[in-house]
Amino acid sequence: MSTDALTMNPAAGLSDAPAHTSAVRHIITIAKRELTSYFASPVAYVFIVFFLLLCGFFTFMVGRFFQRGEASLIAFFIWHPWLYLFLVPAVGMRTWSEERRLGTIELLLTMPITPWQAIVGKFLASWLFLAIALALTFPLVLTVGYLGSPDYGVIFCGYLGSLLMAGAYLAISCMTSALTRNQVISFILSVVTCLFLILAGWPPVTDMLVQWAPNWLVEGVAAFSVMPHFESFQRGVIDSRDLVYFLSVIAFSLFTTGVIIRSHRAG
Amino acid sequence: MIKVHNLVKAFGSKLAVNDVSFTVERGEVLGFLGPNGAGKSTTMRMVTGFIPPTSGRISVGGFDLVNNPIPAKRLIGYLPENAPAYTDMTVYGFLNFTAELRGLSGEFRKKAVHRAVEMCFLDSVLYQSVDTLSKGYRHRTCFAQSIIHDPDILIMDEPTDGLDPNQKHEVRTLIRRMGEKKAIVFSTHILEEVDAACTRAIVIDRGKIVANGTPRELRQKSDLAGAVSLRVAGVPGAVLRERLQQLPTVKRCTIVREEPGAAWARAYGAKGTRDNELNQSLYELAVREQWKLIELKAEEGRLEEVFRAITLPDTPATSKEQAQ
Repeated sequence: MSTDALTMNPAAGLSDAPAHTSAVRHIITIAKRELTSYFASPVAYVFIVFFLLLCGFFTFMVGRFFQRGEASLIAFFIWHPWLYLFLVPAVGMRTWSEERRLGTIELLLTMPITPWQAIVGKFLASWLFLAIALALTFPLVLTVGYLGSPDYGVIFCGYLGSLLMAGAYLAISCMTSALTRNQVISFILSVVTCLFLILAGWPPVTDMLVQWAPNWLVEGVAAFSVMPHFESFQRGVIDSRDLVYFLSVIAFSLFTTGVIIRSHRAG
Repeated sequence: MIKVHNLVKAFGSKLAVNDVSFTVERGEVLGFLGPNGAGKSTTMRMVTGFIPPTSGRISVGGFDLVNNPIPAKRLIGYLPENAPAYTDMTVYGFLNFTAELRGLSGEFRKKAVHRAVEMCFLDSVLYQSVDTLSKGYRHRTCFAQSIIHDPDILIMDEPTDGLDPNQKHEVRTLIRRMGEKKAIVFSTHILEEVDAACTRAIVIDRGKIVANGTPRELRQKSDLAGAVSLRVAGVPGAVLRERLQQLPTVKRCTIVREEPGAAWARAYGAKGTRDNELNQSLYELAVREQWKLIELKAEEGRLEEVFRAITLPDTPATSKEQAQ
């Protein structure tokens, strides 16, 4: 390493640089890096192609889009809770596991930023990535628009609900990712947790609980379910309770991510 | 610049760092020595704010690291153990990212990245992905990251680990040069690095500081320091030893080695003998006895010996020395 450079090119002016940058800028910096690293690897493209193919398969083949004879995207959105069950953890599993595996978490958390800025930045980057993948399903909207006259408000609600649900799954994946440096374990944990959110309100599950559990527990478990909240979005209803549900799952999971990261460092 | 008071870190019931206190001022290069698992890395991780201490206080540039971490962290450049870096980024992208997190923007950032690249000779790999780099280059990339904001404080965990001898030399020279204007702490288990780069060294063992001083002061702790060895031809070892022990300046004498036709002895000065008094008396003895003196040498004391003596208190240095 050059010692000449030290004397020839002292860091003149560096100290004049703005020392204080806002939290938002840190979050953007981290999100930008994260998003760039998605697209730097083939994983992003494989994911998007896979996502679009599956969307098409379920919508047209399983959902019988054309046979329905109605100008709506019900056949498309109805599969999203199940599609996301595997695809979202695949996106979220690396967020913190990778940092721990590479040891870069030590760099990141000794930078002059707060852990929250890193957690939110990483989450937003992955969410934006999922939003891009979801946005690429726009030909479906064009198709129903061409074939009939759909209610675009309902379609918009469907997309909004789908995005919020993806965010909730993603926040859970971030949380399980912080638990372990092994991405496979992180993936499985988050699939299981998300599966619980899907099944919690499902009649076979509640019926099983009804036989022995007190009523409040049955209702409590059922209230965790992602399905009824997403269904109202599909019907074109934006209910504040559904918004609160998804946003609180996101907030709670990210908060827990912070607690997990903190406890790792505390040893 | 760095003040550490009674630092303790417990992992479960195990005390990784036990009541460590030290200060580092601008212009000092502090070497952190110790066997593997002594608590060097844990201490550095606490000083950089990566892990919180169980108890104790850390002040960096006047800011309390636990209660006011952001301004404290701004002053620090950190090279963690094993030099981690994002493998999916290019060297340029990585340095740009860290500069951005350090709050550098626009022209300042460009200048800072350029300067770090120049100092660490990264020009040739600037647009290469980090995971295609050799270990030396990856190490330099992470090193460049730690100096990108020209920090007042530089903390490096085994900065020469895994480098070839030339690169080691470069890093040591760089540390010494930068140490004139900064406060530097680095850990190592290579003792020659202490002489090559440090103004002061701390030896840490099982979480506790067992020695703290300049490399010279540390060497003085060695039994060997101040001893004189001499090699004489044509005198049997036993005779040599007997004669030497009769001198008032000699406290103790050992035969280091007997070769065919020559003996090699080492004399330890008695209490109160001044500098050079021992050597002179030995020389006079040799002249009186008409010994064929091949070599007469004042011993400096070896860091390695001090290190082993203070990090393994159950085996005293003297017994080891005789066993050699």
